[in-house]
Amino acid sequence: MESKSIALESEHDIAVARNEVRAMAVRIGFRIVDQTRLATVTSELARNIIKYAKRGRMIAQPMHNAQGQSGLRLIFEDTGPGIPDIEAAMRDGFTTGGGLGKGLPGSKRLVDEFKIESALGRGTRIMVARWL
Amino acid sequence: MEGSRIPILKVGRVLIVPIQVDMDDQTVMHLQERILSELERTGARGVLIDISLLEMVDSFIGRVLSDIAAMARIMDARTVVVGMQPAVAITLVELGLELRGVDTVLNVDEGIKLLRDEFAVRDDEIGQVELNAFDGEQVNRA
Repeated sequence: MESKSIALESEHDIAVARNEVRAMAVRIGFRIVDQTRLATVTSELARNIIKYAKRGRMIAQPMHNAQGQSGLRLIFEDTGPGIPDIEAAMRDGFTTGGGLGKGLPGSKRLVDEFKIESALGRGTRIMVARWL
Repeated sequence: MEGSRIPILKVGRVLIVPIQVDMDDQTVMHLQERILSELERTGARGVLIDISLLEMVDSFIGRVLSDIAAMARIMDARTVVVGMQPAVAITLVELGLELRGVDTVLNVDEGIKLLRDEFAVRDDEIGQVELNAFDGEQVNRA
């Protein structure tokens, strides 16, 4: 299965991205709870891009490890303002956007791997992965 | 309008909102406005939102559900969310969402019961005939 890149440029693209991720998760063989986790993570992280960076993209990559295990890696990247304090942003209830402050810490709980890189004024890149 | 695809059924003094499509943000916001204006227009006392076909509730939809409940409350109506899929419930809890102020029950039947018992919406306010028709639909779906 090939990787897929989806442009995130409007609120509607959030729904496009999570539907694409769910479809890929189904093809990889994820069960319903993991499909839902991956779709929800996509919704949260894609919305962050629209809200804070206005635009960016999501790359969805099916993957396999040496043990033959399958998984799905999702990369969300933008060239927006960046996150001033990643540690604070990862805390439950912290928000600068008037939301509930569940987006980043909540997303981390829904996946097996979560990596965040951000540079002020240059953008943010978040990589998440879930194994079958 | 995208949001108009979600019907709002008035059954007696309860608004029934069966969400049957994946909603983008605009649809969600539009639905919130429509529910509130229907509450005002009809004087309904209860709002029953059926999310049994919703495959995901993220923090945005979760917040809007809480907002609808809070605003409906101010307009003297109670809100109950019915039919959440198990996978959605698991994900909601992991995400850390509480759906503050929103009562959730398993199905439409229980939702009607809750509105009737706890919120003092009388049987004749709910409208028995239409309710039975809706039950039938639920059974077929399951």
